[in-house]
Amino acid sequence: MTRVIAGPFNRVEGDLEVALDIQDGVIARAEVTTTLYRGFEQLLSGRPGLDALVIAPRICGICSVSQSIAAAAALRNLAGGLAAPNGYVAANIAHAAENIADHLTHFYLFFMPDFARAEYARRSWFEQAATRFKAVSGSGSAAFLPRRRRLLEVMGIIAGKWPHSLAFQPGGTTRAIDVGERVQLAAILGELQVFLEETVFGVSLDEILAMETPAELSSYAERARGDFPFFLTIAADLGLESMGRGPGPLLSFGAYHDANGSFFERGVASAGGALAPLDVAAISEDATCAWFAPTSADPALAETLPEAEKENAYSWAKAPRLSGRPAEVGAAARLAVSGHPLVAALIAEGGATSVRTRIVARLLEAAILVHASQGWCRQLRLKEEFCAHFALPDDAAAAGLVEAARGALGHWVGLSEGRISHYQIIAPTTWNFSPRDAAGVPGPLESALSGLDTGGLGAKSAALQHVIRSFDPCMVCTAH
Amino acid sequence: MTNLLWLQAGSCGGCTMSVLDHGARGWVRELQNFGINLLWHPSLSEESGEEAIAILDDVAAGRTPLDFLCIEGSILRGPNGTGLYNRLAGTGRTMLSWVRELAPLADHCIAVGTCAAYGGVHAAQPDPAEASGLQYEGSILGGVLGPDFRARSGLPVINVAGCAPHPGWIMETLAALQMGDFDESDLDRLGRPKFFAKTLAHHGCERNEYYEFKASAEKLSDLGCLMEHLGCKATQAVGDCNQRSWNGGGSCTHGGFSCVACTSPAFEQTEDFLKTPKVGGIPVGLPLDMPKAWFVALAALSKSATPDRVRQNATSDRVVRDPRRGGHDE
Repeated sequence: MTRVIAGPFNRVEGDLEVALDIQDGVIARAEVTTTLYRGFEQLLSGRPGLDALVIAPRICGICSVSQSIAAAAALRNLAGGLAAPNGYVAANIAHAAENIADHLTHFYLFFMPDFARAEYARRSWFEQAATRFKAVSGSGSAAFLPRRRRLLEVMGIIAGKWPHSLAFQPGGTTRAIDVGERVQLAAILGELQVFLEETVFGVSLDEILAMETPAELSSYAERARGDFPFFLTIAADLGLESMGRGPGPLLSFGAYHDANGSFFERGVASAGGALAPLDVAAISEDATCAWFAPTSADPALAETLPEAEKENAYSWAKAPRLSGRPAEVGAAARLAVSGHPLVAALIAEGGATSVRTRIVARLLEAAILVHASQGWCRQLRLKEEFCAHFALPDDAAAAGLVEAARGALGHWVGLSEGRISHYQIIAPTTWNFSPRDAAGVPGPLESALSGLDTGGLGAKSAALQHVIRSFDPCMVCTAH
Repeated sequence: MTNLLWLQAGSCGGCTMSVLDHGARGWVRELQNFGINLLWHPSLSEESGEEAIAILDDVAAGRTPLDFLCIEGSILRGPNGTGLYNRLAGTGRTMLSWVRELAPLADHCIAVGTCAAYGGVHAAQPDPAEASGLQYEGSILGGVLGPDFRARSGLPVINVAGCAPHPGWIMETLAALQMGDFDESDLDRLGRPKFFAKTLAHHGCERNEYYEFKASAEKLSDLGCLMEHLGCKATQAVGDCNQRSWNGGGSCTHGGFSCVACTSPAFEQTEDFLKTPKVGGIPVGLPLDMPKAWFVALAALSKSATPDRVRQNATSDRVVRDPRRGGHDE
């Protein structure tokens, strides 16, 4: 048995280190370490409630809109108020733009470059992978980045700027969109649709949205020409459908909310496909292996106070648990919980999530969101308000539970005499890259790495990179 | 070829996300246009683990010349000055020690974002991570490199402030340095490149008419000037935010919310960001671009002369009276 400390893992967001025990080339045990702690929960405490809208998004410059809408939702729930209908819709369009940008950035810049590594030089698809996806120099990023830039113009219209905007308020969004701006939004989304159809999928969005079975996905992969079908070809050759299996269950807080519910549903899915409602009270965080002082497991009561010298701890992330068990979050979880037939079938087929399911779910979600955003754009009532106004109570507690691109994001907030008395955040990658808990149960990535064959390459193995990056980790969110 | 090494310290990754918005064929190709080679960037490069550490070791040992060192994020000194809150994964070393080792080896040392420049949001009270900028702690010269630090070029740390900075601020700073077009006189007194710090965020604000008439917004989403009631600091913060625009045409005030002065040292120490502190009804923080007495006198005068049109629009979320005949009813 050899122990390897692997890191830094680049092309993930933030600092990640993984300790691996390897026996005969196979990973026997993985310990996932997030190596950065900034202390957001402490620096939010004591401030006036609305200051959370300035501070909390700055946890993450990758999903700052997600952090903003989680904070705004928590504050809105504290007040028991409702946002203006247009405010929900405009926030959803901006949020979807951030998430689509995230999914495609992950695909083109972070995940696919690993297939251009020298390890794969003998594969039939290598030349094409190297030309298209080689890190820094591949033609894929050159094609994608200008499209990303155009997509983020949605932020200039709705949110003023990105990242870190104050446009997302408890009552809605701060800029009333006019008739010309609606046209601009529609034009941006139309251009994005063309990019997805011509470059990413190679077929119409309608065709992608209609796919329901693994057989349809296979037949699509064989006939279509585009970056996604190319990934499916590689995935089939490398067996990515059985690599990096998640332990389940899958959790989603529901995404793209309005006053009546959410576009993607909230709930829990088992790997077998059984759906159950989410019991928010069953969410806890275990700090046994985290460099934090012992505290309540209830995020509505817990503190996050560092203890850098703590014995047996190995990460700045706590271990979130649902009914005492780890849960996987992300696009695959979101779509499974929402009953997407293809994603549910892919998970049921393998009995678990895998590297392939996670990537497929992300790209399917990008297609779904472009389509949905076009509908939301038409839904805006341009003669009505975008921002409702109500005061926050002086003393109250509530949670804002939303979805970031990478999965379930919760802000638990308490106010006392108008100031923040308590703020706890559980971010998506905290769920996925959780360390072990008091019972020694590993987190989802730790489980997914266990049993992985590194082919004798150890930490240099591309398989290790695939499994880690399939979760699209955001380490800056994780320990915050 | 000029080598650029980019490291992320205590950061949110937002400065990288911002600069990736730059360039017609992507930021890396934009760098190449100017002869800058991205030696390693944690979000973009292929090399992971040992290969990445080898790149850093080669720089540290002087085997690879380091032209530009870009640091994104605050330098975390906690707990108790050890820097253990931020280790560079896989190296067993703190980012604090890496930065202190590498900065003197670079021709130019660039703090990307307000965190690396002045400490940024992570330095907000009670400053749990002991966050500092590279050469400033808030507005105090010093930081983790010390007041006398000079990169090999002789320049102090260049502070491309902003949370996040505009992608153009980052790229143009790098390109100007590469073109040899930049000396100490191009920096303001807080180390910020003057090409974006020579104006206030307020200059070019589309709410200018409301500002001139002191027709103020009373709540977020109103069109009026955000300075009098809603905490806007655009008259006190540097930046060409309203002149070059963000994300294809936006800015904070265009988006309907107040400037929080994110290019300024210690912007994070404000409380009640969206309320204007006042004494005797007059905002405490007055514009930097005119004498205070003038402002107070002009404000009183212009307020008495505000057209109804402007007054009504100021407290609406859309233009309810257009400018025909000065907005008077026909």
